[in-house]
Amino acid sequence: MPKIDWRPSAPLAHLRRRARIVAEIRAYFAEHDVLEVETPQLCPRTVTDPHLQSIRVPGYGYLQTSPEYAMKRLLASGSGSIYQIARVFRADEVGRLHNPEFTMLEWYRVGFTPDRLIDEVAAIARIALGEIGIVCRSYRDLFRTHFGLDPLSCSLDSLRSAARQQLDLAFDDADRDTWLELLMSQVIEPRLGIGELCFVLDYPPSQAALARLHADADGQAVASRFELYYRGVELANGYHELLDADEQGARFAADLRERELLGLPAVLPDERLHAALAHGLPDCSGVALGLDRLIMLAVGADSLREVMAFPVSHL
Amino acid sequence: MASYSTNEFKSGLKVMLEGDPCTILENEFVKPGKGQAFNRVKLRNLKTNRVWEKTFKSGDTLDAADVIDRELQYLYSDGEFFHFMEPENFEQYQASSATVGDAALWLKEQAVCTVTLYNGAPLAVSPPNFVELEIVDTEPGIRGDTATGGTKPARLSTGAVVKVPLFVNQGEMVKCDTRSGEYVSRVKA
Repeated sequence: MPKIDWRPSAPLAHLRRRARIVAEIRAYFAEHDVLEVETPQLCPRTVTDPHLQSIRVPGYGYLQTSPEYAMKRLLASGSGSIYQIARVFRADEVGRLHNPEFTMLEWYRVGFTPDRLIDEVAAIARIALGEIGIVCRSYRDLFRTHFGLDPLSCSLDSLRSAARQQLDLAFDDADRDTWLELLMSQVIEPRLGIGELCFVLDYPPSQAALARLHADADGQAVASRFELYYRGVELANGYHELLDADEQGARFAADLRERELLGLPAVLPDERLHAALAHGLPDCSGVALGLDRLIMLAVGADSLREVMAFPVSHL
Repeated sequence: MASYSTNEFKSGLKVMLEGDPCTILENEFVKPGKGQAFNRVKLRNLKTNRVWEKTFKSGDTLDAADVIDRELQYLYSDGEFFHFMEPENFEQYQASSATVGDAALWLKEQAVCTVTLYNGAPLAVSPPNFVELEIVDTEPGIRGDTATGGTKPARLSTGAVVKVPLFVNQGEMVKCDTRSGEYVSRVKA
């Protein structure tokens, strides 16, 4: 009879460390009066983002890729600052740093600017990683340093040739953001946050998602969005949240057009979220942090399998 | 012809890339939380043996390569081609010296080899991991010297040259590991 591998993929010591980190994070939020909430993992609506594929549950809708929409409905209803440690699901994401089901720590701070939220993200990261410094870099600055290119204005061809100098590519693409995301994820990211927490700020407006826009120091419109990297691993993604329901509606519509172009399944926009935004979201900043990855870095592991009891490879 | 998407890529899968059959060695999924996902894929080109590290957009597909490994019996060489036979149905295949390459140094008649077939023709030949071959030429042995650990070169009946212990003689059979090209042991007659 073949030997069946039924044991967890993570050492029990890592699971104990995981439990301690989660308990300390809950204690932090309790102390700072951030309300813990729970929202459904299974909803009739899901995200429109063309790069996030939801898992469909026939008859019910979709497993949620993030608790963002439901949490924004709570914020609009007057909940004040809230957090959630949520199980979220993303189809087709399997790898060293990806598992189709994972744990996201997501929180919203009413009245916080992104700067203030960045300080709090660093405080949460230090619960797991210990005392460690932070550095902030703008997205434009990173592209100037690594490739001598301004990502907001350089030509598509210059991005393409920068990528081809670094990587042997099996594709071509006419979408500017594909090249930006390729250079960011394959070339820049592995070098970020080597000795400290590295926050990347001010993304191109085309990558704003649910962040509002603002003018950077040169007066260029950029997304008020930040990401945290540590040891080359993307850990968190935050926004100064978009409040304008019409603008959000237009971004959803643009997502749906892109989904159609890419031949992806159509999804219906979440009209309850739209109604909540129309009612009014308080001025707030929010962030989603990959808790499994944070714990992975805390224990010095290099794969999520070492901190998840039963990743998809063990089911 | 079947095709495979990047999320089906796994080690050992045979695909066509730039007109050549390749085997996938590694597949790493890289995706920004928001944004396009990519796969960094290591492949070995089965024609040239070169290793490629290619970046794909996730969801891209490659055609399957008609590549299979078969266990075939080596029959003989006519000087230009090496002839192999499928023991089940006696179907014969011929492989050029270029295709057989260094494997030729270990091929003994009747030995069962792994022959990689591409579109039905041999693309590569792997000898058995262990072979037993006769020493046809080596310096005379030093009787009783099993302790000093010295070695000497010995030519085998198939043409390979391996380092053998000093006490081993011409005419003896030795077991060798074809992957490392090393002597393993003497074979008792």
